[in-house]
Amino acid sequence: MTITIEKMCKSYQLPAGKSLKVLEDISLTINDGDFVMILGESGCGKSTFLNLLAGLLPLTSGDVSVNGGSIDGPHPSRSIIFQQPSLLPWLNVEDNITFGCKLRKEHNNIKQIGQLIRIMGLSGFEKVYPSEISVGMAQRVCIARALIGHPEILLLDEPFTSLDTFNRTHLQQELIDFWQIESFTAVFVTHDIDEAILMGNRIVLLGERPCHVVEIFDIDMNYPRDIASPQFFDIRTKILRKFKDILLTPPEF
Amino acid sequence: MDLTEKTLFENTKNSDLILQGKSLATRMMWGILGTLVFIVIWSVIGYGLFTRPGYEQFTGFLPVPTLESLYHLVLDKAFWVSVASSIRRVIVGILIAFLLGLPFGLIIGFYKKLRMITYPPIQFLRMISPLSWMPIALLVFASFESAIYFLITMATIWPIMLNTTLGVSRVNTQWINMARSQGASNSQLIYHIVIPASIPHILVSLRLALGIAWIVLVPAEFLGVTSGLGYLINDARDTLEYDRLMAILIAIGIIGFIIDSGIKSIQNLFSWSWS
Ligand SMILES: Nc1ncnc2c1ncn2[C@@H]1O[C@H](COP(=O)(O)OP(=O)(O)OP(=O)(O)O)[C@@H](O)[C@H]1O
Ligand SMILES: [Mg+2]
Repeated sequence: MTITIEKMCKSYQLPAGKSLKVLEDISLTINDGDFVMILGESGCGKSTFLNLLAGLLPLTSGDVSVNGGSIDGPHPSRSIIFQQPSLLPWLNVEDNITFGCKLRKEHNNIKQIGQLIRIMGLSGFEKVYPSEISVGMAQRVCIARALIGHPEILLLDEPFTSLDTFNRTHLQQELIDFWQIESFTAVFVTHDIDEAILMGNRIVLLGERPCHVVEIFDIDMNYPRDIASPQFFDIRTKILRKFKDILLTPPEF
Repeated sequence: MDLTEKTLFENTKNSDLILQGKSLATRMMWGILGTLVFIVIWSVIGYGLFTRPGYEQFTGFLPVPTLESLYHLVLDKAFWVSVASSIRRVIVGILIAFLLGLPFGLIIGFYKKLRMITYPPIQFLRMISPLSWMPIALLVFASFESAIYFLITMATIWPIMLNTTLGVSRVNTQWINMARSQGASNSQLIYHIVIPASIPHILVSLRLALGIAWIVLVPAEFLGVTSGLGYLINDARDTLEYDRLMAILIAIGIIGFIIDSGIKSIQNLFSWSWS
């Protein structure tokens, strides 16, 4: 699925009639099967951008279209994993994972629960309730819930921030494997440069205020990527240099 | 959301929190101490007032005759018949209030516009003392029994409705967004997210409703019925049996306390963090 973003703008209405312009004129084409990393500093509007793609927020102006058709709300073909794990406390792990499939009556997908539980390292926790598992585990349940429906577009909002290094490395690899098998289109938000280089085939650097696309980097490296390779190092230096540029530019008034 | 309901909700929550974490034995010990202090205060005031010359006929109000009378009351079958009819009236009244208030509360919680439209009439009706409906109830309903149901329903439907609305409007937006992006329709949202997420609030409303119903019940039973705790009080007053009157008051308090504790323990089953 190709996502075309044209002159996307988003302002939040603040109390007392003011408004906060968060995103300005973002134009970007995400090709079918891309793994696009959205990189930007904290608070620059990455979550806002992703929620707009999901259709959970209305655009202020501009357009987002998927395969040529403008989106006008959320759709299960665009599955989103939120920054904070959002599990339903009254359902156990297994029922949380199959929640969406059951809503949509996708019986074949429900049957894959065992496989996903194994991959996500949740074996033995099928009947446990969210209040009894760690945040990292809860986020893995959320990932399983998003993947079990075989979405065509997967939107991820810093899904691994709450995980420890071991878990994160493991899940980054799992997610890439999944993507290579299922060939969905992924838009992955992060503020971690290494994570961006490790996973994406493109990195979109967002920055400044209001936030816009600063630069796009194409990453032409094979998976699994070696964080210690000279190529990795080169790209990281390039991105860091760009970051410095942004920080050194005085804001416009 | 309405401030009063919010405060009521927080208070019910807090009063439970205060008691949490203490063992049952400790809680019982302090509870018994409190009861003894209550009886002492009652005795002191009672003896101070009713041992004066000219007040001899009121000694029935004192603890010893009252407790004696309470003992006889418990052995009296007519008393239990009255307890049963009072409880039945409360249950039927609240049930009707629930069947009307719950769906309505869910819907106005879900649709913001409807919430704004219904706000003035609900706040207006809520402020009318349930007992002031009594003359109207007597005109409209043929039997006293139905009139009592009506009064209890009128007294309890508002807290049920408003708490349900509060519960709905406080549902974690992340859950709603998650369900919407998973393809949930509006009715699926209500059924799979809004209702389960509101259960703790709904139970709070049930507890409030029972408290209110139990209070409204007694004056409502002053109407022409021939059973019920309110009727018994009236009867004891007419026959000047003040010890019996006090015993019935004590019984009303105890039964209300037991019912409230029952709901509280159900509430505790659902007390995991739903926010
Ligand atoms: N509902 C809202 N109403 C008003 N302002 C908002 C709202 N949501 C976000 N903002 C503001 O918009 C800006 C961007 O927020 P956003 O959450 O998209 O940033 P982010 O890049 O995801 O940050 P982080 O990395 O910390 O998650 C912030 O300044 C935030 O305060
Ligand atoms: Mg964010």
